[in-house]
Amino acid sequence: MGTRVFGEPVRRREDARLLTGRGRFLDDLGRDALAAAFVRSPHAHARVLDIDVMDALDVDGLVAVYTSEDLPGGVGEPLPLLIPHPALTHGRTAYPLARGIVRHVGEPVAMVVARDRYLAEDAAERVRVEYETLPAVVGIEAATRAEHLVHDDVPGNVGAVLVQETGDAAAAVDAAPHRLEFRLSIERSASTPLEGRGVYARWDADDGSLRVYTSTQASTGVRAAIAARLGLPNGKVEVIAPDVGGGFGVKIVHPWPEEVLVPWAARLLGREVKWAEDRREHFVSAAHERGQVQDVRVGFDGEGRVLGLDVRIRHDHGAYTPYGIIVPIVTSTQLLGPYRIGAYRAEVTSLYTNTVMVTPYRGAGRPQGVFCMERTMDRIARHLGLDRADVRAANLIQPDEFPYDQGLTFQDGRPLVYDSGDYPELLRRARELVGWDGFEADRAAAASRGRRVGVGIGIYVEGTGVGPYEGGHVEIDTAGRVHVSTGLTSQGQSHETVFAQIAAAELGVPLADVRVTTGDTRRFGYAVGTFASRAAVMSGNAIALACRKVRAKALRIAGEALEADPGDLDIADGVVHVKGDPSASLPLRTVAVLSNPLRYAFDAETAAATQFATGRPVTEPPVAPGDEPGLEGRDYYSPVRSTFAAGAHAAVVEVDPDTAEIAILRYVVVHDCGRLVNPMVVEGQIHGGVAQGVGGALYERMVYDGSGQLLNASFMDFLMPYATEVPRIETDHLETPSPLNPLGVKGAGEAGVIPVSAVIASAVEDAEGIRIDAMPLSPDDLFALRRQVESAGGVASAGMGERGACDLGGGAGGVASAGISERGASDPGGGAGGVASAGISERGASNPGGGAGGVARGAGDLQPRQRVDDNAVAARQRRNRDTSG
Amino acid sequence: MKPPPFRYHAPRTLEEALDVLAADPSAKVLAGGQSLVPLLNMRLAAPSALVDINRVAGLDVLRVRDDGVRVGALARHARVERSAEAGAVQPLLRLALRHVAHPVIRNRGTVVGSLAHADPAAELPAVLALVGGTVEVASAAGRRTVRADAFFRGPLEPALEPGDLAVSAFFPALPPRTGAAFAETSRRHGDYALAGAAATVALDRDLRVTSARAAYLGVAATPLVLDLTGAAGPAGDWAAASAHVLERVEPEADIHASADYRRHLTGVLTARVLRAAAAGALRDLRKAEGC
Repeated sequence: MGTRVFGEPVRRREDARLLTGRGRFLDDLGRDALAAAFVRSPHAHARVLDIDVMDALDVDGLVAVYTSEDLPGGVGEPLPLLIPHPALTHGRTAYPLARGIVRHVGEPVAMVVARDRYLAEDAAERVRVEYETLPAVVGIEAATRAEHLVHDDVPGNVGAVLVQETGDAAAAVDAAPHRLEFRLSIERSASTPLEGRGVYARWDADDGSLRVYTSTQASTGVRAAIAARLGLPNGKVEVIAPDVGGGFGVKIVHPWPEEVLVPWAARLLGREVKWAEDRREHFVSAAHERGQVQDVRVGFDGEGRVLGLDVRIRHDHGAYTPYGIIVPIVTSTQLLGPYRIGAYRAEVTSLYTNTVMVTPYRGAGRPQGVFCMERTMDRIARHLGLDRADVRAANLIQPDEFPYDQGLTFQDGRPLVYDSGDYPELLRRARELVGWDGFEADRAAAASRGRRVGVGIGIYVEGTGVGPYEGGHVEIDTAGRVHVSTGLTSQGQSHETVFAQIAAAELGVPLADVRVTTGDTRRFGYAVGTFASRAAVMSGNAIALACRKVRAKALRIAGEALEADPGDLDIADGVVHVKGDPSASLPLRTVAVLSNPLRYAFDAETAAATQFATGRPVTEPPVAPGDEPGLEGRDYYSPVRSTFAAGAHAAVVEVDPDTAEIAILRYVVVHDCGRLVNPMVVEGQIHGGVAQGVGGALYERMVYDGSGQLLNASFMDFLMPYATEVPRIETDHLETPSPLNPLGVKGAGEAGVIPVSAVIASAVEDAEGIRIDAMPLSPDDLFALRRQVESAGGVASAGMGERGACDLGGGAGGVASAGISERGASDPGGGAGGVASAGISERGASNPGGGAGGVARGAGDLQPRQRVDDNAVAARQRRNRDTSG
Repeated sequence: MKPPPFRYHAPRTLEEALDVLAADPSAKVLAGGQSLVPLLNMRLAAPSALVDINRVAGLDVLRVRDDGVRVGALARHARVERSAEAGAVQPLLRLALRHVAHPVIRNRGTVVGSLAHADPAAELPAVLALVGGTVEVASAAGRRTVRADAFFRGPLEPALEPGDLAVSAFFPALPPRTGAAFAETSRRHGDYALAGAAATVALDRDLRVTSARAAYLGVAATPLVLDLTGAAGPAGDWAAASAHVLERVEPEADIHASADYRRHLTGVLTARVLRAAAAGALRDLRKAEGC
């Protein structure tokens, strides 16, 4: 061995399988299974008067149609409220199949099982449901007005009122030398994993057992739920998460109605049944997140230090609350970020609406909280005429203040105490990386070419690795292979790689000898799940602790065999050896043989462990008291509280003065997740997170009409960003180890997404001089804001005047003016019109279509100092050329 | 997201294809399938049969002559886009095609299929309308040639009757001393445009504008062609041309853009494409004169 594996950018071991189409995703399984399809409500709020299945019965290949009336006992009861909380006074969950009332478009009303999915959809189309429509409550304002109720027995549509506070915030604001008051809002988005949900169940009638494959983030939870609902012992239910094509939070919810109904139908029919969700179903029947309106009152001193912060948040929770109020808890606590705030009060009112329910989506309430705090910092800076980064610096918790108690209660029910960090250093590096202090020169240079650029910054703290626990099991077999298993699931996080790195480092074995299994209750039955950036912290540490047990046992057994003190032994490259004497050694595979006293030999290796070969004292039992056969170990990691990662992001954006298009020229992330297990994997997590953040900031929204129809329930109209919309991301790592866990690691899964909306809003505001209070921001929105400011004679009016001139710049001189003509020829679609294209005519020729491409092209001009950025621009141009043949 | 039942035909000859289409008035033609198959899967279309013309001989022509480019019903976007000859004769083909969705879609989708789909937000109908192209339509009853201005009757409504098959389209060559340009604004790379414009500008030897025309996508029910020669005047007053256009477009709002914004974009794009087309004409002129 000799090579360090922990902390190295080891290439992902799962890639070869996944990239060559050898992944086993849910819909790759059960090819011969019956297919389920669901009849879903077309109305946002309605009474179900009658369900007529007669027409469906004519479909050849139909096996069964079920409605709520057909569901026995626990199967038909409302789904569990997974995470109760005292503040959730009016928690409500849905029935697996609607009983009496539907409360959002997409709610399941009937289940059809047929020979294949085509026929199941044919039959589902023929199920006639008679509805009496009721008034729909759509959006936070309608929910607040409460002219109509989503649930008859929930007054005011208020599911929960959660208050978090330290000190007397209202009084602190009132007493502060400076005060501001404003409203912010964030729209809905959703996890939208590329693989939807799916369940495939097999009932073994002879064994009385059920095997369920499901695309989940919590296989042990699904097992417990199915066992409870179907009246089976846990031991008769196996739940396996196969390869999962993304979760991002939505698949932590369980059991989904389909996760109860499909196994139930499989048992009832004695046939394999599978349901693989389609994209439209996912949009209207899974879960969304993000929607909040925030009313902020802040008081501060002349240096921008926040003395009091009083926030009232209205949270759109959709139709049901099975996942409790985790999102409001996270928003209200993580809003504080890296700052030392004088007095703080957040009151979150969680409102029911007739839309898809809200459950955590990557970031899980943090993007909203950070948006609130970071917009507040920018407001303070503008009010006082101070630098925005300086105002942040004035409020930061200092490195010598850890552990830092924010005085609130976090989502794990534990005190919100930050364990470690260096926030000033994060900010300093982000400033430096993005060129914050020299940006005015860049802005002026761009402006001289008719281009409008801005810079933004944002900092966040992320509680990661929430409990209660995870476990790990490690076994070394007689071939020397190391089998690692943990109960939590994988949705693309590189667990096969990073858990193997941890095991290889702890045990002293080659990485290639380690095999990792996750999310399979057959291998590990106790687990919580993969969410809240917890896998590396929780299972990583549990696996390390299990490895330490195995290592100690291996050294003990090898010590007996080598007649050496275990303390004098070490393991390297899978071989136990006496320190300083490599010749006195024993491979781990032999130790594994010796660990298991045998009566029967089946090869030469195991013959060494049989009763006439071991030479163990005949006066002692072959397995010593307290010992166990086998070279394996199991351990658990259960932290006293969460560990807190942090980061600072900064971005340079360009807005097109004519078309109001917004392009991200640079995106910088300085990130601290404690000790890095694999920096490449962490960067991948950051990239993916930023991509989703860019989606939330500039592209994605859930467009509901007044009647509760989701108008953009497809990837054609829900604008998930493509690679072409995601900027190159420059990353830098800071490592302040967590003192809370043996490995010193913190979570990284959500880091990329959290501050993006805040950072982009900050940058666009800086470029435009127009206040940005709501995200996402589309070109149409920005155009409307410009019009508003124009008609109000506001701050950006001068810019608008320029726009007029440069917009039609070719006119005055006519076509005979060669300068104008040639610019135009090279770049008809280009960025900020003729003026901006000057000097980039040759590049422009490769991409006359312009738009965002046209704007981004200029990055090289804007930042000539940034070599990497030029490369990114060149790459983008190559891509454009490629697509144009 | 599975289609309802349909019959499937895979004719080998044009005659066979036309016979099948004639026999079943609600059959749909399948070529690249990039619009039709999603419509089927979302159960927004439920044709009785699909007539898959991918095996029909002779439909994959891409014939480039001095007078224009003829594109057969099976010529994929990617092939036309990559044809330097086609691009030389009618540059708008290439300029527009690079905005049509993504490479994988262009590898399957066909130019004639896009025309026959007649989506007012699509690029190629606007190009065909601007250059005064035609569509060749065959049916069991015979053949006819339909001019672009008669072909696009409404949104998703081409001048095709049951039994018809659009077998090819003809894009006339760009005339001499004429430049062309295409630009669009879309939310994401490859999306349907919020608004788009194609333009041609012709100059005489004294660099006076003799023709300035533009076609728009995404702002009207069918491709909108406007002759801006008068509005721009001989000196090429693109501001005046833009103002003229703003008076004449009434785009509709959708979830991605308000009508106001679309209208505004139409003005911005008008100036951009006219300026660029004029520059192209100027280049052409200078090349012809050897300077």
